[in-house]
Amino acid sequence: MAALIEGRTGEWELVIGLEVHAQAITEAKLFSGASAGFGAEANTHVSLIDAAMPGMLPVINERAVEQAVRTGLGLKAEINRVSVFDRKNYFYPDLPQGYQISQFSQPVVGKGEIVLDMEGGESRAVGITRIHLEQDAGKSVHDRDPGHTLVDLNRAGVPLMEIVSEPDLRSPEEAAAYLAKLRSILRYLGTCDGNMEQGSMRCDANVSVRRPGEPLGTRCEIKNVNSIRFLRQAIAYEAQRQVELIESGERVVQETRLYDAERGVTRSMRSKEEAHDYRYFPDPDLLPLTLTEDYIEGIRATLPELPDEKKARFVAEYGLTEYDAGVLAAEREIAEFFEAVARGRDAKAASNWVTGELFGALNRRGVEIADSPVSAASLGALIDLIADGTLSNRIAKDVFEAMLETGRDAASIVEEKGLKQVSDTGAIEAAVDAAIAGGAKQVAQYRGGNEKILGWFVGQVMKATQGKANPQMVNEILKKKLGG
Amino acid sequence: MSVDKSTVARIAQLARIRVPEEELDGLAGELDKILGWIEQLDEVDTDGVAPMTSNAEGMTLRWRRDEVTDGDRRDDILANAPEAQDGHFVVPRVVE
Repeated sequence: MAALIEGRTGEWELVIGLEVHAQAITEAKLFSGASAGFGAEANTHVSLIDAAMPGMLPVINERAVEQAVRTGLGLKAEINRVSVFDRKNYFYPDLPQGYQISQFSQPVVGKGEIVLDMEGGESRAVGITRIHLEQDAGKSVHDRDPGHTLVDLNRAGVPLMEIVSEPDLRSPEEAAAYLAKLRSILRYLGTCDGNMEQGSMRCDANVSVRRPGEPLGTRCEIKNVNSIRFLRQAIAYEAQRQVELIESGERVVQETRLYDAERGVTRSMRSKEEAHDYRYFPDPDLLPLTLTEDYIEGIRATLPELPDEKKARFVAEYGLTEYDAGVLAAEREIAEFFEAVARGRDAKAASNWVTGELFGALNRRGVEIADSPVSAASLGALIDLIADGTLSNRIAKDVFEAMLETGRDAASIVEEKGLKQVSDTGAIEAAVDAAIAGGAKQVAQYRGGNEKILGWFVGQVMKATQGKANPQMVNEILKKKLGG
Repeated sequence: MSVDKSTVARIAQLARIRVPEEELDGLAGELDKILGWIEQLDEVDTDGVAPMTSNAEGMTLRWRRDEVTDGDRRDDILANAPEAQDGHFVVPRVVE
């Protein structure tokens, strides 16, 4: 659903296309044998090829090609049997070659699709235009030395997959959902780690506004947005800016803008620079990249189950709601954790524990599921103790807290703290008798028709048994005795 | 096609080559002749022929295994840098 923007002069439609730069997971760089790893000391992951020393020749990394093809297959895209590397020419200190090796007219991956799950169970297909392989540039450091810029070439030549969407997105929320879904798919595929803070996934947004049904308006490109939240904010701000500009009789100028997260605004980035003229031409150092049918099918055969398929299976196999299935399938690690808990158990209970107690605990601690203090096996064992009547749900939550604190398993905590649920009829009857004996007034109220007062008796019994009495048995015995 | 002075100035700017004003006219004439010579290729009928992106007939792109075999040679990398600091190249300040 297109969310229209209400301007002073009527409604406006927002049109967004995203370009995502995803670093392909590899050991080495796209065209050299230097490490593609993050966080090393400056200029230690640089070969003579990355530094563009004269006479050095690029040789393509097979794994980078495989990752691009795998990503294309995961996005149900056409894989081009022949693609070509071009030189994109521009001068910048962090680009020693004076050109970036990229793919222009013949990218390795063509048209594909991503399906977004929007709120309210609605789904939206968003077109992928293309994916091409290209080199990353180095890093310019501006804040170390007031008079100079320092350049670190560790990132220069790291393999990037540029994933370009069609201008199919119509709201900041859709753009955010697209980026989140793309990230999820890349992580499932194992082709990009999706780490936006470290810059292994970066996003540029092309934003324009128009009257509904009219041709596209002039667009601005917002560069290097480094979180999903900032993407949403940057697009919302930029759309509003363009609407106000047009409504006050001015024109939107096509330009590159930068999102300033601190002030929540976008600002013009290189208005003084001359219009770019990249003068692309085929890189004479590289022959066309040709892929055989066998090669492509070989990669297809190793694709994992992806989030959409997994979600559908969770609904069909475990009887989960679409919403719960979507939450559990969004991240591969979460899905695997859930399935390990659910296997051979009540899947609904497993889903509730994972999305409720576990997610709550992980959020409070700010840790990822991979670092969960409670393993899938231990959470499963805890659920078993509820299923066999050893623990009530309420006590199980206390046990879970103790598991989080100590990292120990449920059974030993129950044993040590004596938390085992009391299901012994004699013991419960004694506690019920005591409660009835101590509550003559409440007994009269109950027998006078006030059934809500039953809760008072339950409370007394629970207090007497430190919460360990089997609640179902307490209810039954109370009703029997009070009714008699 | 004819190359004028302003086109030469623009090409020089894109290539970051400083060309004195008085040389622009001469270069425009030379470039014009070169382009005219190359334009003879337009006489060849290329309908239905795919654009050629490489002249290495019969050869295929070589692929490399994904292994770290290079790097850790910062002194070599920085050896020709006019100025270096903390392992970085130092360049005039580039402000966006």
